[in-house]
Amino acid sequence: MKHILKILALLVGISAFWIGLLQASVIPESYTWLLPLYFIVSLGCYGVLMVGVGLMQFPTCPQEALLLHQDILEARDFLKNKGVDVGSN
Amino acid sequence: MGNEQKENSNKYSIIIPTYNERLNIALLVYLIFKHLSNVNFEIIVVDDGSPDRTQDIVKQLQFVYGEDRILLRARPKKLGLGMAYIHGLKHASGNFVVIMDADLSHHRKYLPNFIRKQMETGADIVTGTRYVKGGGVHGWNLMRKLTSRGANVLAQTLLWPSVLDLTGSFRLYRKSVLQDVISSCVSKGYVFQMEMIVRATRKGYNIAEVPITFVDRVYGSSKLGGSEIVEYLKGLVYLLLTT
Repeated sequence: MKHILKILALLVGISAFWIGLLQASVIPESYTWLLPLYFIVSLGCYGVLMVGVGLMQFPTCPQEALLLHQDILEARDFLKNKGVDVGSN
Repeated sequence: MGNEQKENSNKYSIIIPTYNERLNIALLVYLIFKHLSNVNFEIIVVDDGSPDRTQDIVKQLQFVYGEDRILLRARPKKLGLGMAYIHGLKHASGNFVVIMDADLSHHRKYLPNFIRKQMETGADIVTGTRYVKGGGVHGWNLMRKLTSRGANVLAQTLLWPSVLDLTGSFRLYRKSVLQDVISSCVSKGYVFQMEMIVRATRKGYNIAEVPITFVDRVYGSSKLGGSEIVEYLKGLVYLLLTT
């Protein structure tokens, strides 16, 4: 099934649940009407949280830059000896 | 280095699209040979008519390493990433294909890890991810990290892919799988990379990940501006609706 259809089905399911809540009046109506808003806001907050957490945990590798430089020097030496042009700009 | 593997009878075709990579191409070829010393592979350089004479450097490298190990399959002008891979694929004689960037941001030393992971899991695709422990990036400022992370969260929420790093372009594919997936991809640039992984997920292919590090451009400059962001969002919507 196409992905978008899965998402639409999910949204339809949630909407049906919400309408059901409205009809059943289990929760005070004014509150139920606001539920979609709460849902969207919490989704947004969750997204921001995930971005923030990911940002804090973003793995960095400064030592890799050093290793890379060493590799480049090694490569340049080897290739120069073999006659490959590795001059810089 | 681990246990020097049981017989690896696979052949790996490494496709590297280049455009003005005169400085990088020799270095990366050396590094590939250094890290894949006991693997059967070939390097296919697909150059889009680089004005900086990248092809001359490649010819010098062929002289050093052999024309059977380094194939130069050039094209007259810039024709796009997807087309470069398709072009390279036509000349690939291996049963596995590695795609990677021509700059030095992808380190060749991870190539054995890709190969090992594939042999361990029998995966159809192994993709490198920069976002896990053991991986990482260097040379990105806060803004760049923020956009990357934000883009990733958005894509994860909308597309539910089976990988953590969607836009990475350091990957190992089983050749038949690459041929299958690439034929249905139409995007350009890094959206193309995303489309490949998403379509592969939808088709049910087995995708594994290995941590890789990404050192931002040693030579040359990286580009990420407003238009890239718009392209990305358009790409996301396209993938959302068509996969």
